[in-house]
Amino acid sequence: MPDIIRVEGLVKKFGEFTAVAGIDFTVQAGEIFGFLGPNGAGKSTTIKILATLLKGSGGKAMLAGYDVAVSPNEVRQCIGLVFQDQSLDERMTAEENLWFHAMLYDVPKDLFATRMEQVLTMVDLTDRKKSLVRTFSGGMKRRLEIARGLLHHPRVLFLDEPTLGLDPQTRNAIWKHVRKLRDEIGTTVFMTTHYMDEAENCDHIAIIDHGKIQAIDTPANLKRTIGGDTIVVGGDDGLLDELRSKYNVEVQKTGSEFHFQMPSGAEFVPRIVADFAGRIRSIQVKQPSLEDVFLKLTGRAIREQEGSALDSMRQNVQLWRRGRR
Amino acid sequence: MRGLKVIYTIWLREFITFMREKFRIIAMIGQPLLYLLILGKGITAGMRLNGAENVDYISFMYPGIIGMSILFTSMFSAISIIWDKEFGFLKEVLVAPVPRWGVALGKSLGGATIAMFQSVILICMAPLAGISLSVVVVIQMLLLSFLISFAITSFFVAVASRMESMQSFQVVMNFVVMPIYFLSGAMFPMSSAPGWMKTLMALNPLTYGVDAFRNVIFSRTLVAVPGGPAVPLLDMARAGGLVHWGLSFDLGVMTLSAAALAAAGAWAFSRAA
Repeated sequence: MPDIIRVEGLVKKFGEFTAVAGIDFTVQAGEIFGFLGPNGAGKSTTIKILATLLKGSGGKAMLAGYDVAVSPNEVRQCIGLVFQDQSLDERMTAEENLWFHAMLYDVPKDLFATRMEQVLTMVDLTDRKKSLVRTFSGGMKRRLEIARGLLHHPRVLFLDEPTLGLDPQTRNAIWKHVRKLRDEIGTTVFMTTHYMDEAENCDHIAIIDHGKIQAIDTPANLKRTIGGDTIVVGGDDGLLDELRSKYNVEVQKTGSEFHFQMPSGAEFVPRIVADFAGRIRSIQVKQPSLEDVFLKLTGRAIREQEGSALDSMRQNVQLWRRGRR
Repeated sequence: MRGLKVIYTIWLREFITFMREKFRIIAMIGQPLLYLLILGKGITAGMRLNGAENVDYISFMYPGIIGMSILFTSMFSAISIIWDKEFGFLKEVLVAPVPRWGVALGKSLGGATIAMFQSVILICMAPLAGISLSVVVVIQMLLLSFLISFAITSFFVAVASRMESMQSFQVVMNFVVMPIYFLSGAMFPMSSAPGWMKTLMALNPLTYGVDAFRNVIFSRTLVAVPGGPAVPLLDMARAGGLVHWGLSFDLGVMTLSAAALAAAGAWAFSRAA
């Protein structure tokens, strides 16, 4: 399959702060590509550069054959964007929001009606098309935004944390839609997330941290790098070194728990219980997850760290704005 | 072609959302009524205009109130850019593959259309100010409202493009909008203002708009003079220094200002975000 996105040595600096520190990757046409990383890792910055909303400080990014820095208008016509914060006009109806989008993206008039039905059906909002967006729930707004992003049949749909703050039911529904549109329209989906379970839905995942890509592969291959099952042991701090020396494994510590990998974990449990009798508070045996991959690659759990100062400030502003709505 | 489509789309959206804002429409009716009925009537009862004693202050003030209403209406139309920024909708516009100047122009035309509605409301209030109108005068007033509002909306599009949040709005209100209003000849005639103020007023495009309104609005009204035949209001206003320039001069200045401000608005908006 041809590459629809090709990024080479992309760098973005905000003053002294380097948000994106030279990344390379390619996305194939028709795949669901996920950017996985904690807040402040550089995910949104990368999306903004690819979507022509920010200019990179160095390197090159090509989308559908166009250089994003040289031909922003051509790139914009090929992409759909769903932002972290909503960007609907709440004083207009769902239908009017779609109409507005169709006009800006030059969707032919005779195509608009069928396209609108198509995308609204996809997100189950057909019966609400005459309602003001103001009356929609958060999940409905997000679905409408996804529908809007698809209206002009973009070649790439960017979803920046598309399920942030949504309930699990809506998250599942949105994922169903995303896969459906990939199958029905052939749209390439480029998404960011910090939910591990969501990243499992992607064809390829790039794990990004501190502005650098730590690994790119399919979810299955990434998990295979773990080798065996993950054992999580709760106990006293002295276990860290003893586990390392006794079983000759790499141990990661998060809180008061120790993570390491073992082939056939279930059979290992009686052995460790015998070896460390009385010192172990709890034991879990887990199938390897992307969480473990992330932990192994970066030495930290994705949730435990603080975002950058800029990021938390931005979140505060968002909360404050939401509060006023 | 793409540019025209954008202009039309933005214009229509302005209009659709305006029609849904009931409070804005109530304010559009209420504010001028307040000024005319309380301020206008109150001042008329207590004061005479120097050099044009037979002209009621409320008749003099009526075109000024139209100018003021257009100023506020236009400003609110343009300032909605900041709301769009805060509510996120502006992003949808900024990432679209459309020329930014088209968006700015659509916004200005939308503001100008809404200002015409404002004028219709004010035209209905003409009898309160003792003004007689004709069909031609009404049409002239509407067209003039459109032109003036287009210029002012464009100006505030440029201002709003530079503003980050609604917080700065108070500053704009106090240090931009109010001076434009006070220095437009809406409340007092330019001829009786001190010299330095005259200079400032002559630099304010709205001054020419208000003057053009007086030229148009006074043209059909006769004023009773004690012990003589009724005199056309426009002649009396000219003689008393209440109308400063001829209509074509006012229109010329307004048109040039509108063109320059539209260019400034489009330029500033193109550089925003």
